Amino acid sequence: MNPFTNFQSRVVPLALNNIDTDQIIPARFLKTTSKQGLDAQLFCDWRYDAQGNPNPDFVLNQPRARGAQVLLAGGNFGCGSSREHAPWALTQFGFRAVIGTSFADIFRQNALKNSLLPIAISADAHAELLAAVEADPDAMVAIDLPRQTLTLPGGRKVEFAVDEFSKHCLVNGVDELGYILQQQAAIEAFEAEHPAAINTLG
Amino acid sequence: MPRTIVEKLWDSHVVYERAGAPALLHIDLHLVHEVTSPQAFQGLRERGLRVRRPDLTLATADHSIPTTDRSLPIADEIAAKQLAQLEANCAEFGIRCLGIRSDWQGVVHIVGPELGLTQPGMTVVCGDSHTATHGAFGALAFGIGTSEVEQVLASQCLLQRKSKTFQVQVDGALRPGVAAKDIILALIARIGVGGGTGSIFEYTGSGIGALSMEERMTVCNMSIEGGARAGLIAPDDTTFQYLSGRPHAPKGAAWDAALERWKQLPTDEGAVYDRSVPIDAGALEPMITYGTNPGMGLPVGAPLPDPAQISDPQERESVAKALKYMGLEGGKPLLGHAIDVVFIGSCTNGRISDLRAAAGVLKGRKVSPKVRVLVVPGSQEVKRQAIAEGLPEVFRAAGCEWREPGCSMCIAMNGDQLAPGEYSVSTSNRNFEGRQGKGGRTFLASPLTAAASAITGVVTDVRTVL
Repeated sequence: MNPFTNFQSRVVPLALNNIDTDQIIPARFLKTTSKQGLDAQLFCDWRYDAQGNPNPDFVLNQPRARGAQVLLAGGNFGCGSSREHAPWALTQFGFRAVIGTSFADIFRQNALKNSLLPIAISADAHAELLAAVEADPDAMVAIDLPRQTLTLPGGRKVEFAVDEFSKHCLVNGVDELGYILQQQAAIEAFEAEHPAAINTLG
Repeated sequence: MPRTIVEKLWDSHVVYERAGAPALLHIDLHLVHEVTSPQAFQGLRERGLRVRRPDLTLATADHSIPTTDRSLPIADEIAAKQLAQLEANCAEFGIRCLGIRSDWQGVVHIVGPELGLTQPGMTVVCGDSHTATHGAFGALAFGIGTSEVEQVLASQCLLQRKSKTFQVQVDGALRPGVAAKDIILALIARIGVGGGTGSIFEYTGSGIGALSMEERMTVCNMSIEGGARAGLIAPDDTTFQYLSGRPHAPKGAAWDAALERWKQLPTDEGAVYDRSVPIDAGALEPMITYGTNPGMGLPVGAPLPDPAQISDPQERESVAKALKYMGLEGGKPLLGHAIDVVFIGSCTNGRISDLRAAAGVLKGRKVSPKVRVLVVPGSQEVKRQAIAEGLPEVFRAAGCEWREPGCSMCIAMNGDQLAPGEYSVSTSNRNFEGRQGKGGRTFLASPLTAAASAITGVVTDVRTVL
């Protein structure tokens, strides 16, 4: 995993509540056995019409989305299924952070494992940011993960929460599985003390 | 100090914990399916890792599998490749796979319990958000992403942070025509789709104690639709009776020892929950969703919400957007709205008792000629039971399609799908835009309501046809 570095970016507003993973990437695209090639399917049913032409009213098809690395969602972003294809599609499109007022639990965990930073902010900071980016498509935010701050276009610095472990993994590009496998001795000790109740093979 | 069942399950599975990091939890059962596992197996290959505990892992094919004649080749080449990949991965890594030819193939959350693999006191994970189903047994069961699938395959462990405890206290007895599905739809309608975020539900009370195991699975299954990653029910005699004699349930002295352990699991007297919500089961009516998330539900006879009457601007916009997608008008009743399809099946309501309930309504009747009705058993075992009871004949005589086991139109990955604009009454768990096919419009309800609506061809209160 690549270390997560500080950056500045324009913001793509899609400030609806309860955007579910079936919108982020519809289930019919989950027949793939690869992690790659999902950027074209991001928000597919909102992004393209029935003939497959880009819907000009959808924000991802507008010039402001080009090169933008921050998505501004509403509350409970990523609710629904556990598909990690959702953060894969978002990062392949170019997003490195999603800002909202809250995130669904499974999506948050999946995002953090893919260097996609979920940033939950208060309703008033959210309203300020939304107003700023609606007024000016080129308005920029700055994200500083080590300091856990989001700088809004007007210069206001908003602190956000991220747990210590996830932050360490993101900032240093640490892969969680590597960390887990370092606990081999503890796993072996636990298994020796806790015989399995089942055997799926027998 | 008195503990909740969630705290007991947590404490007994911590492998390693240090300050500033999530706990490492041991996983007792890892269920795998074709959609969320291929990239995890590929990750193992790239790292040169093996599956640590194939004996605690089970795979089945369910999401992209066709529900048509299984003797025919799979028409969808991409799905065929994914299904073949699952079997190849399982063979390579030594995992038992209930593939397309298996006598035990079925929806992952149906086969685990029916094989007796899901047991009280366990931790159960699967790359699927409906894994909470297994919580019905007093197991801590939750959905995980593909990176976590890879982690569990490699280590049999998962990094986890403690969740809050959320008691859903259900008292009273369901009235005729009201089903377990209505309990969970009513809960989600009350707390919203984000209401349980960061929490684990524990369903308690006489209204839960009175439910069968299959009904309890229906309730726990949709915990994620209330935002909770897991939902569970303390084991009791109903649990033990269900498990007794199942293929992987303990036998003889092991059974007696297990029973002693399982009886220690229920929440202690005086244990404190972070939050509690009461539900009066006796006051519930058949529920149905009208919108584009499972929290947009109401009693089947109630009028649709009118955006003009909603004061919160975000809520107003959200309901207005949902009604527009659904082609519905605020303030009008949903009752009597014409439908095109009825889907009976899924990990929520694809068990034998669900099929019996639907067949009970449909027996001796015909479904509306305007409606296509798909009945999809949740597993090969459910299919066998249904055949033994003569249910396929009831469904066929009524004009329903009797299909092969799988997720089918719940997720619409396998060709079973709504056409744009079509309306369905579905016993599944999600009504998101396009969930059952691009442009399709879903009303979620119980098998009773689905069967009643199949007969009339319109959204129907089952109590009027009983």
